[in-house]
Amino acid sequence: MKKKSFTIADLKHQKVLLVWAAILTIYGIIFYYVPLFGWAMAFENYKPVTGILHSDFIGLDKFKFLFSDATFLRVIRNTLAMGIINLVVTFVMAIVFAILLNEVATKGGKKVVQTISYLPHFLSWIIVTGILHDALSGSGIVNELLVHFHILKAPINFFAHEKYFWPIVAFANVWKETGWNAIIYLAAITSIDPSLYEAAAIDGAGRWAKIKNVTLPGIKPTIMILLLMNVGNVLNAGFEIQYLLGNDLIMKVSQTIDIYVLKWGISQNDYALGTAAGIFKSLVSIILVVFFNNMAKRHGEERLF
Amino acid sequence: MKQKITLKRISGADLAFRIFNTIFMLVFVIVTLYPVLNTVAISLNDGSDALRGGIYLWPRMFTLKNYKTVLEKDNLVTGAYITVLRTVIGTLLALVTNAILAFIVSRKNFIFSKQISLFWVITMYVNGGMIPIFILYKTLGLTNSFMVYVIPGMISAFNMLVIRTYMRGIPDSLEESAQLDGAGYTTIFLKIISPLCKPVYATVALFVAVFQWNSWFDAMLYNRMATEYTTLQYELMKLLSSVTNQASNATAMKNSEGGITPTSIRAAATVVTMLPIVCIYPFLQKYFVTGLTLGGVKE
Repeated sequence: MKKKSFTIADLKHQKVLLVWAAILTIYGIIFYYVPLFGWAMAFENYKPVTGILHSDFIGLDKFKFLFSDATFLRVIRNTLAMGIINLVVTFVMAIVFAILLNEVATKGGKKVVQTISYLPHFLSWIIVTGILHDALSGSGIVNELLVHFHILKAPINFFAHEKYFWPIVAFANVWKETGWNAIIYLAAITSIDPSLYEAAAIDGAGRWAKIKNVTLPGIKPTIMILLLMNVGNVLNAGFEIQYLLGNDLIMKVSQTIDIYVLKWGISQNDYALGTAAGIFKSLVSIILVVFFNNMAKRHGEERLF
Repeated sequence: MKQKITLKRISGADLAFRIFNTIFMLVFVIVTLYPVLNTVAISLNDGSDALRGGIYLWPRMFTLKNYKTVLEKDNLVTGAYITVLRTVIGTLLALVTNAILAFIVSRKNFIFSKQISLFWVITMYVNGGMIPIFILYKTLGLTNSFMVYVIPGMISAFNMLVIRTYMRGIPDSLEESAQLDGAGYTTIFLKIISPLCKPVYATVALFVAVFQWNSWFDAMLYNRMATEYTTLQYELMKLLSSVTNQASNATAMKNSEGGITPTSIRAAATVVTMLPIVCIYPFLQKYFVTGLTLGGVKE
C-alpha cells in the first residue's frame, strides 16, 4: 500500500486514538515535563511564599556555592566512584556467570541454579541491606568465618571503617543483580549459531578457546548496548543502598549526590540548592549518554536512539 | 553434540574446567541462599536466645512468637494492607495506560506516532529531579495521600516500549482485515491486539508489581506524616534503623520482653515481606525473560 495523504476521513477514523493520545500526553506533560520548570528555582533566591515566578533572580550563586563546597565535591567523587565500580563489577560478574552457567552440562542443575540466581533481584534494598547488616555485624557470619580461619584475630565492625564501604556496596550490587543481569546474556548466547561451535571443535578448540572465540564475540553487541544504556545511569545508581547502609562514621565516603539533595533540599528546606545539585546530576547524565551514543555510532555498534 | 562429548574420553583440561565450574556454581548458590535461609531461621527462633549467636540454617529454640508479634503490630498490618492495595491498583493502572499508549504509537498510520514516541523516550533521560517533583506533588495535593503511590509513576517509557516492541511484531494483516469488517480502534485494541499481547502484559505487570511491592522511598518522602498510608517496606526500614541504632546486645537483651528482640521481629517481618514474591517468581520466569529481551531492543 502506498502512503496516501491525510484526509478528514482518516481524522474521523482515528478520533479515538487522538483522544487517548491527548489525555496521555497531558499526563506526561504534568508528571515529566512540568518539573523541568522547577529548574528555575536553582537560579533564584527561592521562597515558597513568592513561588518560582516571583522569587528574586540570583544567577549562578547557588552553583558557585556548590562547587566551592568541599562536601559537594566529595559527594560527586563518591557518586562517580561507586557508580563506576558498580558498573564494572556487576557487568563482569553477569557476563562471567552467564558464560559459566551456559557451560553447566546437566540441564536440571542449570535450571535450579538460574532460578536461585534471580531470587535476590526480587528483594527490596531494605531487605538486602538488613541481611548485609546481619552478615557483617560483629557476631555475623562473615566475622565468624574470618576469625575461624584465622584471617582476623578479632571481629571487626565493617560499617565503622571508610575503606570497606565501597567494596560492600559493590558486593551488595553483585549479590542482588548478577543472576538478573545474566538473563539477557544467556538469551544472547542461546541465539549463537551452533555450527560455529562445531566448526571450532573441528579446529580443535577446547572450552576456553570456544568461549573466547565464539561465545564472547557472539554476545559482544549485547554487551555494547547494555553498557551504553547503563553508562548514562552511573550517577543514578547512588541512592537507596548508600542511604540505607551509610552512617555518621563513614559519611565521608557514603554520601552521594542524591543524598546531598535530600539532605539540603528536603530536610533543610533549601530548595534552590537541592535543585541546583539535581540539575548538575541530570546534565552530566545526559552528556554521558550522548557521548557514548556517538562513540558507539562511530564504531558502528548498535545505538540507543 | 553434548552426548558425544560425554562419550568421548574427557580431557584433563575439560575435567579441570568442570570441577572449577561446579565449585563456582556451588559457592554462588550458597552465597545467594544462606543469608535468606539464615533470616528465616532467626525469625523462627527465640529472640533472646538468638542474641547468643550460633544460629545458621535451623532454629535452636523454635517459636512462632516473633510472627505473632509482627501480626499484632498495627503499623505493620496497615503497611501490609497498603502495600497489597498499591500493588494491585498500581499494577492495573500502569498496565492499562501503558498498553493504550503502546497501542497508539504502534499504529503505523497514526499521524503522531513518531512524535509521541519521542516525547516519552525523552522522559527516560531527562527528569526534573527530587525537589521540583516534590513541589509538584505537594501542589497537586498528592502528598499525604494514597494516590502518590499509583498515579505519578503510572506510565513509564521503558514499560511502554517493551509492549510497543511486542505489538509491532503482530502482523498488520490482522488489523487490516478487522478494519474491513468495520471494526474501530477500540475493538481492534480490545479484541484483537490485547489477547495476543497476554505474555507481554504479564511481563510488564510483573515488573510493576515488584516495583510497587518493594517501594519505600515514596512512603518516607511524601507520606511520612500520614501513618495511615505507611507501607510494609517503610515499616521494615524503621525496624532496621531501630536495630542498628541499638547500643549493644546487652541493652537489647535487657529490653527484650519474653524473648522478643528487635532483631527477631525484623527477621520475621522480613520473611513476611519477601514470602509472596519468593513464592511467585519461580513460576513467572519465562515472562521476565521475554520482557528483558524486548526491553533490550533499541530506540
